[in-house]
Amino acid sequence: MITHSQAAKQFLKDQKKALWHDRALWYVRQKRDAQSKTIPEWEQLRQKASQIKAHTMQNLAHYLEMFEKNALENGITVHWAKDGDEHNKIVHQILTQNDAKKVVKSKSMLTEECGLNPYLEQRDIEVTDTDLGERIIQLRGETPSHIVLPAIHLKKEDVSDTFHTHLGSQKSNNDPHYLTQIAREHLRQKFLQADAAITGVNFAIAQSGTIVVCTNEGNADMGVSLAKVHIASMGIEKIIPRVKDLGVFTRLLARSATGQAITTYTSHFSGPRPKAQMHIVIVDNQRSSFLASEDYRQSLHCIRCGACMNTCPVYRRSGGHSYSYVIAGPIGSVLGAFRDPKEHSSLPFACTLCGSCSDVCPVKIDLDKQLYKERQDIVQKGYSVKKKRLFKVVAWVMRYPFLFDMLGKVSRFVIPKLPQSILYNSKNNWGKYRKMPTMPKESFKERYQKEKNVK
Amino acid sequence: MSNSKEWILSQIREKQKSISIPLPEYEGFGICYEDKEKAFENALIQAGANIAYTNKKRVHEVIKKHYKDAKIIVSNISDIISPTKEITKTPHDLADVDLAIVKGKFGVAENGAIWIEHDKKEQRAHYFIAQHLVIILDKNSIYHNMHQAYANITLEKGGFGTFIAGPSKTADIEQALVIGAHGPKSLLVVVL
Amino acid sequence: MKIGLFIPCYMNELYPDVCFDTLKILESLGFDVTYPLSQTCCGQPMANSGCASDVASLAHRFVEIFKEYDYIVAPSASCVAMVREHYESFFKSDDRDFHKVRDSIFEITEFLHDIVKLNTLNLSFPFRVGVHNSCHGHRMLRLASSSELQIPHFSKIKNILNLIDDINLVQLQRDDECCGFGGTFSVTEPEISAAMGNARILDHLGANAEIITGVDMSCLMHMQGLIDKNNQPIKVMHIVQILAKGFA
Repeated sequence: MITHSQAAKQFLKDQKKALWHDRALWYVRQKRDAQSKTIPEWEQLRQKASQIKAHTMQNLAHYLEMFEKNALENGITVHWAKDGDEHNKIVHQILTQNDAKKVVKSKSMLTEECGLNPYLEQRDIEVTDTDLGERIIQLRGETPSHIVLPAIHLKKEDVSDTFHTHLGSQKSNNDPHYLTQIAREHLRQKFLQADAAITGVNFAIAQSGTIVVCTNEGNADMGVSLAKVHIASMGIEKIIPRVKDLGVFTRLLARSATGQAITTYTSHFSGPRPKAQMHIVIVDNQRSSFLASEDYRQSLHCIRCGACMNTCPVYRRSGGHSYSYVIAGPIGSVLGAFRDPKEHSSLPFACTLCGSCSDVCPVKIDLDKQLYKERQDIVQKGYSVKKKRLFKVVAWVMRYPFLFDMLGKVSRFVIPKLPQSILYNSKNNWGKYRKMPTMPKESFKERYQKEKNVK
Repeated sequence: MSNSKEWILSQIREKQKSISIPLPEYEGFGICYEDKEKAFENALIQAGANIAYTNKKRVHEVIKKHYKDAKIIVSNISDIISPTKEITKTPHDLADVDLAIVKGKFGVAENGAIWIEHDKKEQRAHYFIAQHLVIILDKNSIYHNMHQAYANITLEKGGFGTFIAGPSKTADIEQALVIGAHGPKSLLVVVL
Repeated sequence: MKIGLFIPCYMNELYPDVCFDTLKILESLGFDVTYPLSQTCCGQPMANSGCASDVASLAHRFVEIFKEYDYIVAPSASCVAMVREHYESFFKSDDRDFHKVRDSIFEITEFLHDIVKLNTLNLSFPFRVGVHNSCHGHRMLRLASSSELQIPHFSKIKNILNLIDDINLVQLQRDDECCGFGGTFSVTEPEISAAMGNARILDHLGANAEIITGVDMSCLMHMQGLIDKNNQPIKVMHIVQILAKGFA
């Protein structure tokens, strides 16, 4: 299993691309800043969002039941799935019951988490991802590297090559307008031929049994308004209590995600359209175990805006594919390391604890504190044995000033005498890119004792 | 299925903490503009939409000027515009629509969003499948912010409503903004 | 007013001059300053590496050593942040000594700004200086407003530096991006660490800064290492090295 550090090293080899990736995402962060400056009550808005989410999580069972009751009254069929497998089975069953062979899907990280596409494809169902970025990576056989900008790791030349191979577009025509037009025409056919449309859910309103889906492209709405069956997959944490609470989230989401005041479409589905069906699949898949955790409960508040990724200097310089979990960046590292600390043990350490993610999070998740705690858990659970041993020794040495002083004195004596080839050997990760600091003759303590005449 | 429901709910009840945090209220909260109509216009233009101000008599003219090549036109506002095609019961029939003209309930100044309250007995494809979209809006129907907007929205049981805030767009190819993704390639808001 | 001088472990070994500048500033202001000889380390490297449970004895040791002072002052924002933000779990909630230490520990710039309320500095420093907003000082101690938050802009660091009439604080492209030191991160993710540090240095060079300054020697040590490797025409100075010149 490749660690984040190894993957990041690979990513940085293409320096030009890495620089572009960093700048492109920093630009999105700047657009977010510009938008937040237009709202004088921005920090209060974040506080309200955090409050709504905290209240909801404390009363989640109540709101889920309210949501189901109201959704049923709206003519929506509601299903519950314990885990990803069950989710996939339920979706498949709905499709087979309706002879649905062709499915269009708009962006849903939950379906990515559950592995829905391969599950359905193995059962001879054609699934077309309709979000442009998702379609590009689907054609390339890749996974999304960012939850909002799934193809951010690709240049237009990459897209052009992919469209030329799979959609017959002009070779080497890299114009984004041309390529988008190609995708528009290609996906329009998919929309018109689809038997079912699968969407994610941005927000599920308990009070009215409504789900809200936000897009810029209109692909979710296109799919749902044409296909006879609409299946919406949602995690249990997507619930918000009242219609009016949407005011808070619709003001925060797009501003945080892409630096727009709002997405082009914010669609409120309270029932199927005439002569069609609407299904909602409510999924747990370990989310309820986050609720039990004092330390990580807040990560359930996430509204999947991706702002933490855009601001994270490590994410920007390593790319989403350097992270072993389906979601990358700060929130991904928290979620992944909690779900499977062994598999994702390197993720909480792919971070300098700079805290920018926490300051940018629209729902005020204290991501940096959670990453700090994840580190403690990973070491406690024994997934970082070398580090634990080393620091146990260091901590022990620190209890004895005499030992500590001796260690310092020896280092300051020996290091300047080491030949360059030994000092800057391949194991010296500091020396790979940096000169070693100059070793002074005396420590502060030694000089202080001399000058102040104290022992 | 109900086993999973009970399992999930019991897991949640076992694990949720019972310290009580109240829900916030929004009375008097949210940005207000000195000139909300101007703010609305600016937000729409920034989103790549066009805006025109006219009266009921001249709507047809204004739309014709913007969309002279539009042949197949649908509309759910029969008293203002005469469509060339009906909004049919089969949404796929609307695949050839050049222009859809619809009524907006109100606009929101902070982001240029327009609330479309849809008649649930009708199909809804025309908002998205038409090549271009026109929304007719009353000039006195602009709210300052989304809190005011939601205070004036009732979500009809079994219904559909959407905020539309510009033409469809994407920046998924190297962050280059392209207007016209899957939905309409342009939006004209006609304010009466 | 008794001050306990808290010197980070690595600064004691590698940067004695900077430590003496800190001492000089405090003594010149008339404080009775002691450097308790038995101090070693606050435990930050252990804690950040996931070994917080090994820090408990160090934390208790720290409080024991420093509890007798009215103020504890350190030339390191991250070490102060460690005590202020992460020590709580090692102590009982009613531990008076811990609370006293936590409430009286300050980073030197913060101390000069908030406690001493320094409002004059007799010093000429006619150089173009870039301020590196070290993350722990920035987002944990809140020494300045972070660019992510919509709050009125403030900077205790710049307020203190601007007491120097002829200093020229440059405008950076990214005011508070992390330099990539991150403790053991600097050696566990060396490529990203170097990429981040180099980006910071280029930002300062782009603003024609002659000197990069900050409140955390670890960040500065990391950037100095990169600068020396790449032979770049820019110096690095801890803020106390600048300020100390204004004290006799």
